[in-house]
Amino acid sequence: MSTLDRIFEGQMLDETTWLGVGDLCTYLSVERSWIVELVDAGVLEPRGALPEAWSFPAIALVRARATLRLVEDLGVNLAGAAVILDLIDERRRLERRVEELERLLDR
Amino acid sequence: MRYKDYYQVMGVPRTASQDDIKRAYRKLARKYHPDVSKEKDAEERFKELQEAHEVLKDPEKRAAYDQLGANWQQGQDFRPPPDWGKGFEFSRGAGGGGRGEFSDFFSELFGEHSPFGGMRGSGRSSRGYAAAGQDHVARVEIDLEDAFRGAARTIELRTPELTGDGHVTMRPRTLRVSVPAGVTAGQQIRLAGQGSPGIGGGPPGDLFLEVSIRPHPLFEVDGRDITLTLPVAPWEAALGESVSVPTLGGSVDMKLPTGARAGQKLRLRGRGLPGNPPGDQYVLLKIVLPPDSPKSRQLFEQMKREVPFDPRAGLGI
Repeated sequence: MSTLDRIFEGQMLDETTWLGVGDLCTYLSVERSWIVELVDAGVLEPRGALPEAWSFPAIALVRARATLRLVEDLGVNLAGAAVILDLIDERRRLERRVEELERLLDR
Repeated sequence: MRYKDYYQVMGVPRTASQDDIKRAYRKLARKYHPDVSKEKDAEERFKELQEAHEVLKDPEKRAAYDQLGANWQQGQDFRPPPDWGKGFEFSRGAGGGGRGEFSDFFSELFGEHSPFGGMRGSGRSSRGYAAAGQDHVARVEIDLEDAFRGAARTIELRTPELTGDGHVTMRPRTLRVSVPAGVTAGQQIRLAGQGSPGIGGGPPGDLFLEVSIRPHPLFEVDGRDITLTLPVAPWEAALGESVSVPTLGGSVDMKLPTGARAGQKLRLRGRGLPGNPPGDQYVLLKIVLPPDSPKSRQLFEQMKREVPFDPRAGLGI
C-alpha cells in the first residue's frame, strides 16, 4: 500500500492535551534541564509546582520549538527569545485588529 | 545536481573574512527567520542561508568549497570531483548539521555520508541528542472550511536518503494526513515515526505538522472564534430587523438589537470552529448607505427636516 492510499491520523496537540516534562524532552529532542530553563525564562508556563509534576498544554510545543529555533539560528539568549515571541504575539494581535478595522472601513 | 553559490546567497565576496560572514549571516537571519520575517519566501531563503552559513562559517568546509573554483554559477549543473574531500583533515563533528532539509548539493559535499560527515554538527546535539531519528516539522496550510469540517491533506516532504553507491539524495515523499475538524491555527498534529530514520538502530523521529489557516474572504479567525463584518442598512440597524448572516455551517437569521450601532459586535454562540467548547462567531456591524437615488435622497431630506439629531453634539462645537 503506497503512502497515498493510507490517510495518516495524527495525534492532535491542542489545548486539551497536556504534556509532561518527559514528553516535551522527547518531542523537542532536548534535555530536561533545558525545559527548566524555558520555564525559568518565562517562555513556558507549566501547571504544577515541581518539575516532576509539571504539565504543559500541548500548544506550548509551538512556542518551545520557536524558542529553540531563535536561540540556535539567531544566537539570542532565552530571555531575548522570550521578548521576541511576546512581540510577535503582540504584532499578530495588532495585525488582526488592523485587518478588522480595515474591513469595517472598506466594505 | 545544481551548484550552489554560497557567497552569493550570503551577499559577501569570496574574499570575505570569517567576521564578515558571521555579520552577514546575523543580518540576513534576522531578515529571513521564518518565525520573525514577513517576507513571502522567508522559509526558503532562510534554509538557503543556513546551508550557506553551515559551509562558510567552518574554515575546513569553506576551504574545500573554495577549491571547487570560482567559475561556477549558481544553479549550474554540477558533479562533485572524484577526489572530493582529499587532502583535508576533518575535525570530528565538522559534518552533518542543519535540519536535514538542505540541498542535494550540500548533502553530497558536506552531509552525513560525505567525507565531512560523522557526527551531527549543529544545534541540538549539545543538549543531549539521542540516537533517535530527527524530528521534522512541516507547515500545512488549510482553508477555514477544512478546519470547520475536517479534511484529508496531501503533504510533500523531502527526506535525505542514502543511495546504493553511497551518495545522498533528497527523496520527495508524499503523505496523506487527516486534519480533524476544529483544528486551529498554530496547533500541531504529531505523526509518530514519520520523521527521519533512526541512527544506529534508534527509533525514527516524529513528524510534527504545524497548522496554519489561509486568510478567508469573509471571516477573520482568532483561535476557534471567527468574526464576520456584516453590512447592514441604516433602517435595519435602527429598527432592529432580522438579517441573514453567513456562518461556516450555512446562513442563519439574526435579530439585530433596535438602534444597533456601527462597530457593534454581536455574538452567535457556538458558531465558530468546533471543539469543546466550540468557538463563537462574532458579527461586526457596518452600516452602509443605499446608493444615491432620487427616492433615497428624498427620504434623507425628509429625515433631515423631521428628525432632530446632531451627531456632533458631544464635540463642543
